[in-house]
Amino acid sequence: MAVAFFYLFSAVLIASAFAVIVSRNPVHSVLFLILAFVNGAGLFLLAGAEFLAMILVVVYVGAVAVLFLFVVMMLDVDFAELRQGFSKHLPVGAAVGAVVLGELGLVALGWQSAPGAKEAAAAPIIAGVSNTAALGQVLYTKYFLFFQASALVLLTAMIGAIVLTLHHRPGVKRQKIEEQNARTRDNVIEIKKVPSRAGV
Amino acid sequence: MIDGWLLNLLLIIVKSVVLTVVLLVYLAYAIYIDRKVWAAVQLRRGPNVVGPWGLLQSFADMLKFVLKEPVIPDTANKGVFLLAPFVTAMLAVAAWAVIPVNDGWAVADLNVGILYIFAISSLGVYGIIMAGWASNSKYPFLSALRSAAQMVSYEVSIGFVIITVLLCAGSLNLTEIVRAQDSQYGILGWYWLRLLPMFIIFFISALAETNRPPFDLVEAESELVAGFMIEYSATPYMLFMLGEYVAILTMCALLTILFFGGWLPPVNIAPFTLIPGVIWFVLKVTFFFFFFAMVKAFVPRYRYDQLMRLGWKVFLPISLVMVIVVAGILQFAGSAGAN
Repeated sequence: MAVAFFYLFSAVLIASAFAVIVSRNPVHSVLFLILAFVNGAGLFLLAGAEFLAMILVVVYVGAVAVLFLFVVMMLDVDFAELRQGFSKHLPVGAAVGAVVLGELGLVALGWQSAPGAKEAAAAPIIAGVSNTAALGQVLYTKYFLFFQASALVLLTAMIGAIVLTLHHRPGVKRQKIEEQNARTRDNVIEIKKVPSRAGV
Repeated sequence: MIDGWLLNLLLIIVKSVVLTVVLLVYLAYAIYIDRKVWAAVQLRRGPNVVGPWGLLQSFADMLKFVLKEPVIPDTANKGVFLLAPFVTAMLAVAAWAVIPVNDGWAVADLNVGILYIFAISSLGVYGIIMAGWASNSKYPFLSALRSAAQMVSYEVSIGFVIITVLLCAGSLNLTEIVRAQDSQYGILGWYWLRLLPMFIIFFISALAETNRPPFDLVEAESELVAGFMIEYSATPYMLFMLGEYVAILTMCALLTILFFGGWLPPVNIAPFTLIPGVIWFVLKVTFFFFFFAMVKAFVPRYRYDQLMRLGWKVFLPISLVMVIVVAGILQFAGSAGAN
């Protein structure tokens, strides 16, 4: 049964990855990308990496792809205009594509795994230790420094994004929550005795 | 060998079908409770015409939706437009696959059960964004953007609340989390007391995550007509409502499992321990659903900036600090990684 599911996930993954680049509507492209992510998670599950599968769905599908979708929906893409310069830019695009493909090929052919990596990959899953616990035990002990370093990189990226996008314009009216909460009955309402037929 | 997995597959299908049918019938009465509670608060009678005491109202509503003609706007992106309600309804029901309604009564007893639910509920936003975009109309789109921002924001604090529970239970498996709350103290040993601030934050975040009042800015009638489902009618609309209410029930079930001891009886004495766990589970879910209904009845709607402020500037710091505090206490008390 696992083999059948492997071919199902793989086939849908490849088909949807292909659909990402051929579909005309960019929103459809992103939706196909999401389908590809979910099928990737399915492949992880078949490989026994349940934690990675769930994290892939939570992080990539649940957060990153939502932002993609936002950006793409906001874009006002004119397809006729996009296709106008197609033949003019084709040689440059093809050249860049060919270079990237060649480099990828070189990397793939010259790939050497570390000594002992193959044996480790083929080793059976230790019974009684769940996938998540096993990951945590190496991540927070052996690779603790790398883990902290990658967290710092992410923190820097986050602060960078905030600094780049946050700018306070003067003269903009804002809700000040503290001031709103500080309002009480005494300093907001004024009670006046109004004599009959005289007005205030 | 072949027969073995075929039988297994058949068993899984039967279990799933039974669970889905029971869930949907329960849902019909949950909607009835919702409307009755809301009506009682407003001194009305609520549904009381179809069937005795209006008990068949939800089924009549369903029949009405199914028999109506679905209208698809001319300029809508038809494929995505029709896909959106299915995505919402399917994802909402799919989350129930891992929920243990009794000891060992889960369709799939995953090791990463809680992560699975978290992943599924983080996908729920797609139904709304797709509906908003595919409708090709201003108000649904605005509403979809609002909703997406709201759900993504509150997911963060929900994630941290879940982490504190995981630290205490020492497992990602929902069955194990309930078992970890079993003690001779009964109701006092459940996590709601030990993690009281997190319990409250989770309840309020659950309201925001499911777009319930007071956080229903997605369908704020006075601003957005009716939110992302303006253009929907008949069965697609019904699927949205179904998805929304099943998501609410999922949140009630999560509150029950994470903080209220799942299927465990509140007191470990004879008459209570004799009642089957399923009944306790359903009672607890109904109890939380009642609070969801009450909040809907008497809390006024938030303003959008207040909602975002609450999520990012109040709940996120509190839950982040609590994760560190809980981890520290467990470490110094020596119970970290006990199970």
